[in-house]
Amino acid sequence: MIRVSDKAFDPAAEMTAFTRRVPQSGAVVTFLGQVRGQGPGGAIATMTLEHYPGMTERSLERIEAEARRRWPLDDVVIIHRHGRLQPGEPIVFVATASPHRLAAYEASEFLVDWLKTRAPFWKKEEGGFGARWVESKADDDDAAARWE
Amino acid sequence: MTILYFAWLKERMGTGEETIALPEGVTTVGGLIAHLKARDPRLETILAGDAKVLTAVNQEMATAETPLADGDEVAFFPPMTGGRAP
Repeated sequence: MIRVSDKAFDPAAEMTAFTRRVPQSGAVVTFLGQVRGQGPGGAIATMTLEHYPGMTERSLERIEAEARRRWPLDDVVIIHRHGRLQPGEPIVFVATASPHRLAAYEASEFLVDWLKTRAPFWKKEEGGFGARWVESKADDDDAAARWE
Repeated sequence: MTILYFAWLKERMGTGEETIALPEGVTTVGGLIAHLKARDPRLETILAGDAKVLTAVNQEMATAETPLADGDEVAFFPPMTGGRAP
């Protein structure tokens, strides 16, 4: 399940909702990405996440489908924020459920690696340093390339 | 056709969206980029610089060779935050 929204979400509530959907699964792995408080320029006051409506959902659906093709998953959820956020706010929540923990762990890593490099999101950080668009990182490319 | 700009391209262009007729003789993304550069010096600077700009046609990643038709949605944007290119 994919959800892209400018509304805040509660990771604990999402985790509970997810586990209720998969009572038969032996393993559930969750990942939570939060707005960081420090960037290269100093303390971050706000972060704006811009995205490409339509293409974002399509990319995430494709990434979910690829994960389901590679691992025996009982269910998957990807929740992603856009809009203006404060440090500490949840940005992305990924949950995977599988009969076995290894599949749930691996699929979770795969989903996060691919969504970071393939879903059309752009981050702008603002603080005392001014405003800067966060540049793409080679580390993330390397992480995503592991799954090629 | 619809042209979309995202992130810093949108800021530099001063708009996120414009509608144009498919220019005479333009059949590919590469042709459209050449047309847009000739039309708008801001885009000339953006697309001629070191910054990598990606293109999507109808919400699918595209290359300079991707064919275009009138009515297509063409988007220009920087690499996704978190990766250089898909």
